[in-house]
Amino acid sequence: MGRKLLLEKAHVEGIRTYEVYRREGGYRSVEKALKMAPADIVEEVKKSGLRGRGGAGFPTGMKWSFIAKPEGIPRHLVCNADESEPGTFKDRYLMEFIPHLLIEGMIVSSFALGSNASYIYIRGEYAWVAEILENAIAEARQNGWLGKNIQGSGFDCEMYVHRGAGAYICGEETALIESLEGKRGNPRIKPPFPAIKGAWERPTVVNNVETLAAVVPIMNIGGEEYAKIGVGKSTGTKLISACGNINKPGIYEIDMTISVEEFIFSEEYCGGIPNGKKLKACIPGGSSVPILPQNLLLTTAKGEKRMMNYESLSDGGFATGSMMGSGGFIVLDEDQCVVRHTMTLARFYHHESCGQCSPCREGTGWMERVLKNIETGKGKMSDIDLLWDIQRKIEGNTICPLGDAAAWPIAAAIRHFRDEFEWHIKNPEEAQRRNYGLAHYADPIHVPTPPVTA
Amino acid sequence: MITFSQEKLAKVAELISHYPQGRQKSALLPVLHLAQDEFGGWLDTPVMDYVAGLLNIEPIEVYEVASFYSMYNLKPVGKFMFEVCQTGPCMLNGSDNIIDYIKQKLNIKVGETTADGMFTLKTVECLGACGYAPMMQLGKNYREHLTKEKVDAIIEECRAKAN
Ligand SMILES: Cc1cc2nc3c(=O)[nH]c(=O)nc-3n(C[C@H](O)[C@H](O)[C@H](O)COP(=O)(O)O)c2cc1C
Ligand code: SF4
Ligand code: FES
Repeated sequence: MGRKLLLEKAHVEGIRTYEVYRREGGYRSVEKALKMAPADIVEEVKKSGLRGRGGAGFPTGMKWSFIAKPEGIPRHLVCNADESEPGTFKDRYLMEFIPHLLIEGMIVSSFALGSNASYIYIRGEYAWVAEILENAIAEARQNGWLGKNIQGSGFDCEMYVHRGAGAYICGEETALIESLEGKRGNPRIKPPFPAIKGAWERPTVVNNVETLAAVVPIMNIGGEEYAKIGVGKSTGTKLISACGNINKPGIYEIDMTISVEEFIFSEEYCGGIPNGKKLKACIPGGSSVPILPQNLLLTTAKGEKRMMNYESLSDGGFATGSMMGSGGFIVLDEDQCVVRHTMTLARFYHHESCGQCSPCREGTGWMERVLKNIETGKGKMSDIDLLWDIQRKIEGNTICPLGDAAAWPIAAAIRHFRDEFEWHIKNPEEAQRRNYGLAHYADPIHVPTPPVTA
Repeated sequence: MITFSQEKLAKVAELISHYPQGRQKSALLPVLHLAQDEFGGWLDTPVMDYVAGLLNIEPIEVYEVASFYSMYNLKPVGKFMFEVCQTGPCMLNGSDNIIDYIKQKLNIKVGETTADGMFTLKTVECLGACGYAPMMQLGKNYREHLTKEKVDAIIEECRAKAN
């Protein structure tokens, strides 16, 4: 059993309530933090090696140290609970079942950053989760953890829940800020970065739910101890939301030292593929990251076992690797069609493009149409190159990374499953009746041996 | 005349107090949620104009926001809205079959409302419940691990509620 830091108490009866949460040791990290200098808390988080859990993996302590501190201007912490990347549903679990963990982490973080009013931006569809958080905030306030002069420390800390209204793009931090200000979720051009000019033109830090929750164990066990868990630059624990064709979909806390194979097949985690089917492919970090066929998923191109951590998942770059991303782990069994799955993702990104930049607005729609044609038996061979060309023209040419996020899954699907696309186009009728199957996607990969030098 | 009750007006004032002074527009999204719940499940122009007045902003600022976000309905919808997720992970678990079944059962297409105004069927993109697929949103809650039998039961439940 791997070490649990976030979900250790998730199954304690009544942990959602303040009373039980406190009895189980909750809010100790706030007591500790309020006795420290804010800068020392930032140091502790730096030492922990914690990397942002929202998808980009940026070191949290470093991000915090960038926040501007102009005299007389308030600063804000905003928690990103927009969680809308297909495959990702871990933040919901944390907020729904252990809401006080997020609130506790946010109080410590607010104190470290000097935010007297912090916000939780939650996706609008999680309406009942927003209510759970509001109740938990009220409990925390009644017990002196929020409000004026918390625990007699002289620090004022307010916390509010702000419900979005259905827009994936609002997970992008500058779109989120626009939405918090009551506007359309159109990403801003950076710079200025939110750390300088964010919400209401004030210095703002945006962090993911899981990132802020992880501050609690970091404070409790110390940054150095936290950094000892895991491997290399993948420190601490990571929540993985596993879904698709597996026996036990759900949320797993892993310590980043296990292999992908163990994660999928062991009883402790996903429990293998249902109905004795074989593993075909997997998107290991949310819909934006590259899909890998079984062979490259379980083994890197160098022939090493692929592990569930930031470095190993991205080993080989986009040519033969993928990314940890948000931890949204999507498994496809041998009877799934990669073309169809990719089409749903293209439709998703088209639907979610905010429309500000033409490569993203037009390109995502175009890719969806082309993929739909291939999927329904109306594709042409030249469509594959066309798709490749469109995605290449989007990548890197847009205001925000949604464009890249839309391009990558298409590129990876073509890179690794080109023959499945070709088969679809050549056999339009057969492709309506059956799937391409596992084909050669589980075959051992040829590991190039380095040339012998004399 | 469109007006919130005293209780809802107090809620609006509280929402406005969450944001810095002079930044009352920030309360627009939450106030639109309130308005949609209060005034028949959708945002008619007079409702949006009323919200603009409450927040002291231009009506156009409300329209452009209301049209951006997928949860705001700009047209009337049925009493119960089935919002079924159709994105990858749900598709892998048979969401297409569920959508087809609902279409057939209610005799409507995606985007339509039944003649009695009871049900609207909508397809939506990932709702963050991928591990509990297939799923749909119904009002403020999610219905997960959907099967044909569950869909039947949900339809019955809604009909019973309406009576
Ligand atoms: C299109 C898009 C959607 C995003 N959605 C989310 C999201 O739902 N939740 C999240 O935490 N970060 C999301 N991000 C990343 C945020 O922009 C930001 O990097 C993150 O919230 C920072 O927090 P972290 O450093 O704690 O990870 C998204 C980014 C993009 C470009
Ligand atoms: S890349 Fe797409 S989502 Fe991002 S700003 Fe441009 S159009 Fe909007
Ligand atoms: S794909 Fe349906 S809830 Fe995520």
